[in-house]
Amino acid sequence: MTNYLVKGAKPYGGEAADILIKDGRIAAIGDSLPVTGAEVIEADGLIALPGLVDLHTHLREPGREDAETVETGSRAAALGGFTAVHAMANTDPVADTAGVVEQVWRLGQEAGLVDVVPVGAVTVGLAGERLAELGAMADSAARVRVFSDDGHCVADPALMRRALEYVKAFDGVVAQHAEEPRLTVGAQMHEGDRSARLGLTGWPAAAEEAIIARDVLLAEHVGARLHVCHVSTAGSVEILRWAKSRGVRVTAEVTPHHLLLTDACAESYDPVFKVNPPLRTDADVEALRAGLADGTIDAVGTDHAPHAVEDKESEWAQARPGMLGLEQALSVVIETMVEPGRLDWAGVADRMSVRPAAIGRLGEHGRPITAGEPANLVLVDPTARATVDPAALASRSRNSPYAGRELPGRVVATFLRGVPTVLDGKAQK
Amino acid sequence: MKRHLLDATDLDRADATLVLDTAAQIEQALAGREVKKLPTLRGRTVVNLFYEDSTRTRISFELAAKRLSADVINFSAKGSSVSKGESLKDTALTLEAMGADAVVIRHAASGAPHRLASWVKGSVVNAGDGTHEHPTQALLDAYTVRQRLGRLEGVRVTIVGDVLHSRVARSNVGLLHTLGAEVTLVAPPTLLPVGVGSWPAEVTYDLDAVLPKSDVVMMLRVQAERMNASFFPSAREYSRRYGLDGRRMAALPDDAIVMHPGPMNRGMEIAADVADSVRSTIVEQVANGVSTRMAVLYLLLGGSPA
Ligand SMILES: [Zn+2]
Repeated sequence: MTNYLVKGAKPYGGEAADILIKDGRIAAIGDSLPVTGAEVIEADGLIALPGLVDLHTHLREPGREDAETVETGSRAAALGGFTAVHAMANTDPVADTAGVVEQVWRLGQEAGLVDVVPVGAVTVGLAGERLAELGAMADSAARVRVFSDDGHCVADPALMRRALEYVKAFDGVVAQHAEEPRLTVGAQMHEGDRSARLGLTGWPAAAEEAIIARDVLLAEHVGARLHVCHVSTAGSVEILRWAKSRGVRVTAEVTPHHLLLTDACAESYDPVFKVNPPLRTDADVEALRAGLADGTIDAVGTDHAPHAVEDKESEWAQARPGMLGLEQALSVVIETMVEPGRLDWAGVADRMSVRPAAIGRLGEHGRPITAGEPANLVLVDPTARATVDPAALASRSRNSPYAGRELPGRVVATFLRGVPTVLDGKAQK
Repeated sequence: MKRHLLDATDLDRADATLVLDTAAQIEQALAGREVKKLPTLRGRTVVNLFYEDSTRTRISFELAAKRLSADVINFSAKGSSVSKGESLKDTALTLEAMGADAVVIRHAASGAPHRLASWVKGSVVNAGDGTHEHPTQALLDAYTVRQRLGRLEGVRVTIVGDVLHSRVARSNVGLLHTLGAEVTLVAPPTLLPVGVGSWPAEVTYDLDAVLPKSDVVMMLRVQAERMNASFFPSAREYSRRYGLDGRRMAALPDDAIVMHPGPMNRGMEIAADVADSVRSTIVEQVANGVSTRMAVLYLLLGGSPA
């Protein structure tokens, strides 16, 4: 395989250094490394980060290949700087057996652009009634460690308790979509002044917070690992802060769109802004940024949710919730966290690679940029700015909430175990 | 005027007054005529696109367009290609191809008229969307108040009932505020939206306390399905606390009027003798609906130079 010498990149934004990539690993790192038998990549002014890891991606295959496939989603991920993504279980059929998770995992291997790590469903068919064969999925070739009924909440408290307890046997984690279903019947957007004015049924913040409060108490009681998906409210951040101060084994993620956009977007009734949990208020956005900055929120999870045009070009109430996220995630984090000085590049590496990899127990990802480590890397030009054009995205879908918005940062190159999946901003296959 | 009428708040005070004045002129022009028709919109096409059953509103718009000599197409979603899964966008493109100058849309989804407006070149008139707005209802209500009381500025309007799910309440609060009236909302707390405190209206749970200070009482229809969803304990309790009966009507100032957008649940939110009393404007509201809608179509399509 080809060796690469990345010249003059700044690991974690620190001092410029040369990085020699050999046989899939970082062979050496230092000043003016000799160019011998390696292809040179000029990386002056670029930031080097460990390859990004997403805890929350919807790849839609099997079942809705018209919206996304493992391959198209993998390409979008690589272009976004990711080297590993967790593929959510709400496919058709649902990823609730060893067979389906292995199928998704194999498709990821064949695409070869990122490591596709399947998430297993917690309950059979996401129905919230009985546990899926969690152990069989853990033991499968896909080595599932993250389990989630995402899209649905595991609402039954006794079942949630059993799930949290059961996955301890293989160091798994339950990733909860926190939404009390009885409080969100027919919900269309954040419940508040705007929902009242727009006549769209509200999704109250308390419906998320009530479940998180319940789950952290359950996790504490049984000593299990809990992960909270796409936290969206200031109250949720407060509950997580309290739980962590008590030593509860809880982690959480926030999406790029919840860091940037608010419920004001719903004023247009354009369903591209319909998402679950919904976009919240300015105060929530501020609390989420603060929570990500101080580590109360561990990770950025994209909740990349591609939808076919006909599922979005409709009345608001009929449209499916969800937004694209993989290709702009890093740019949004730069815009909302790095440029305002709330997170440095080491912080970005921590929240977008190190911690999500640790939560998913991915040994090969989220590793430090040092000699001997697997060469999972991304090179970013922080000074570039571009206007988002949905037509130019690699995802099969076009439901980007950032259309027409200028965002900072450009992924120049992504390496997966030493193989460039993206070079000069272009996917390599 | 803007090209569309989507929300009551699309109208500033001058525009809203223009609509009411135009409606009054139209009414005058037609008074005493044998053929109740003006040639104003001859050759123009108005489509009534009704995704939700509402015979009264549809007929009102149909009559309004016909009295302006427009060609009217009634496009009911039931039994059409819409029920076979044609999307709103596809329907919009069809209407566009038919050369619709105005589309009057009634839809169960809030915001559907806004979506439609982004896809068609003609004017869009919101004839009621989900729990969002019903601006022509608010216009005809304002017209009726002005006709009865002679003014809107400073008029004290009390709106009673299911504000949470009512597009009529939303539109009325906005328009009446624009026109200088003072609005008070009365409902059980379960039927008031979160954030109602930011609306340009007073809010109270006590109907009896506000009646003596009300020039207008507007009763909202209570949907039967709210009773099963525990928005209030029972129809009986609702009627006792928030229904308008003869005793409560007697607490109103002498020249106060009683309104209802219809259809009424007699004996529930409004007692039969109240609905039929001289204070009630319910029949006038229906008649005024036609002239107000004529004014809207006239102003959107023919009245003002583009
Ligand atoms: Zn979710």
